Amino acid sequence: MKIRYFDHAATTKVNEEVIKEMIPYFGIEYGNASSLYSIGRKSKRAIEEARNKVAKAINANSKDIYFTACGSESDNLAIKGIAYANKEKGNHIITSKIEHHAVLNSCKTLEKQGFRVTYLNVDENGIINLEELKNSITNETILITIMYANNEIGTIEPIEEIGKIAKENNIIFHTDSVQAIGNVRIDVQKLNIDALSMSAHKFYGPKGVGALFIKEGIKFDKLQDGGHQERNKRAGTENVAGIIGLGKAIERIYENFDEYNEKLTNLRDYYIKNIEEKIPYIKLNGHRSNRLPGNANISFKFIEGEALLLNLDSKGICASTGSACASGSLDPSHVLLAIGLPHEIAHGSLRITIGEENTKDDIDYLVDCLVEIVKKLRNMSPLYEKFVNSINTGKEE
Amino acid sequence: MYSEKVKDYFYNPRNVGEIKDADGIGEVGNPACGDIMKIYLKIKEDIIIDAKFKTFGCGAAIATSSMATELIKGKTIDDALNITNKVVVDALDGLPPSKLHCSLLAEESIRLAIINYFKKIGKDTKFLEEKSNSCICENCINEQMQIS
Repeated sequence: MKIRYFDHAATTKVNEEVIKEMIPYFGIEYGNASSLYSIGRKSKRAIEEARNKVAKAINANSKDIYFTACGSESDNLAIKGIAYANKEKGNHIITSKIEHHAVLNSCKTLEKQGFRVTYLNVDENGIINLEELKNSITNETILITIMYANNEIGTIEPIEEIGKIAKENNIIFHTDSVQAIGNVRIDVQKLNIDALSMSAHKFYGPKGVGALFIKEGIKFDKLQDGGHQERNKRAGTENVAGIIGLGKAIERIYENFDEYNEKLTNLRDYYIKNIEEKIPYIKLNGHRSNRLPGNANISFKFIEGEALLLNLDSKGICASTGSACASGSLDPSHVLLAIGLPHEIAHGSLRITIGEENTKDDIDYLVDCLVEIVKKLRNMSPLYEKFVNSINTGKEE
Repeated sequence: MYSEKVKDYFYNPRNVGEIKDADGIGEVGNPACGDIMKIYLKIKEDIIIDAKFKTFGCGAAIATSSMATELIKGKTIDDALNITNKVVVDALDGLPPSKLHCSLLAEESIRLAIINYFKKIGKDTKFLEEKSNSCICENCINEQMQIS
């Protein structure tokens, strides 16, 4: 069966050109970048070229880019590293309720260690309230960490305004940009971003490599002891092939930025329009336009997400849900609850995230399958039965 | 994650639907928890001659409802009351541990449908009502445990 992949926020397929650039660094170019001889220097040079590419993509200085093993490590290093190094200035951190768990759980750990954390609310579209942010700032606030764009509902946060508020109050601003890279143009200088996390496998690069930008002058502690790699901030022999892959992937995605994002936006809007026309009793989650170009998160009322995913899987479709039943936890997605969805509507959510290989034909196939599956599951649902009966009784009256 | 049997009963569920003139109806679960099971029984001379279900829930919830209705069809009421969640799970060749509570819902909804039938025919149901008939999903059980 042909696989139709609509889960690009989970991970992406490594691009052929990216693989081609990585391959020599698994074999012939195996030198340790810390070694002084020729093949070591060659690896070192390749890493620095990749660092330049990352810096260029976000308008940062190359020496402010640190390579890590993933987006989660970047978030941990930024949040804990900054908190530990600045604790004499204060112990208060501001974040939001809809952050990725790499951010939320880093904050939870800091709370156990005596830091105080404010978790900002979001509105029904998932956007933080700037007034609440301003009001939460105290003399003790050392760090604001707000995601650039949400992984589940795709909502893009007002990063420029947050950066301004942070700067005016002399507070460090970190943004988890794992989902935003490649989908949004980012200029860390213009936006007053002090720290930013990314992960290569979200933009057609390899898994196992991430990067963290931390502006010169911002103090942060290293979390891993060892050698002097990454300017003594991240010990461990560099994942040279991975770093080369990240560099190529970020360069490539921004070279084709306009074309790529226009394609994704068109397919996303085509999907939403078709679903809204063909399936009743649904709800689009997140902001209609101020959202990542490939993200569409829709709740199908009266049915449950895992049952939806299993049926889609049987038709070769890969997607994702915020239902508790699919996650192994007891509650549905914390993001969907934070935007105010009742539990039963959060359980019926389906996230599709479109990528560069998807076509209009894929979307047509997905919509056709969904029409059939939603109908089948609703016919099985006592909630739908109750709803239909209440409509019928209403009409009789 | 799921056995072939679970997949079969999920993708091709047996006994989906309602029985318009059902003799007993049992419903358990809570939409907030992501599971609701409703079971309809047709009973003649103490024998369950037909059983149908409707379920809002995950793959395991749908498969267990379907299997449970199949297991009780043709059985006497006493035999049906002996169909525990373990019997349903075994008949499905097992369930992942995080999904075991779905099988409890099936057992409970059958029990409630039989209580509903007994009440209709004026039979004593005290011996059946000792168990709580509030939501028994993992979420609610944890909550109840925290309260008590």
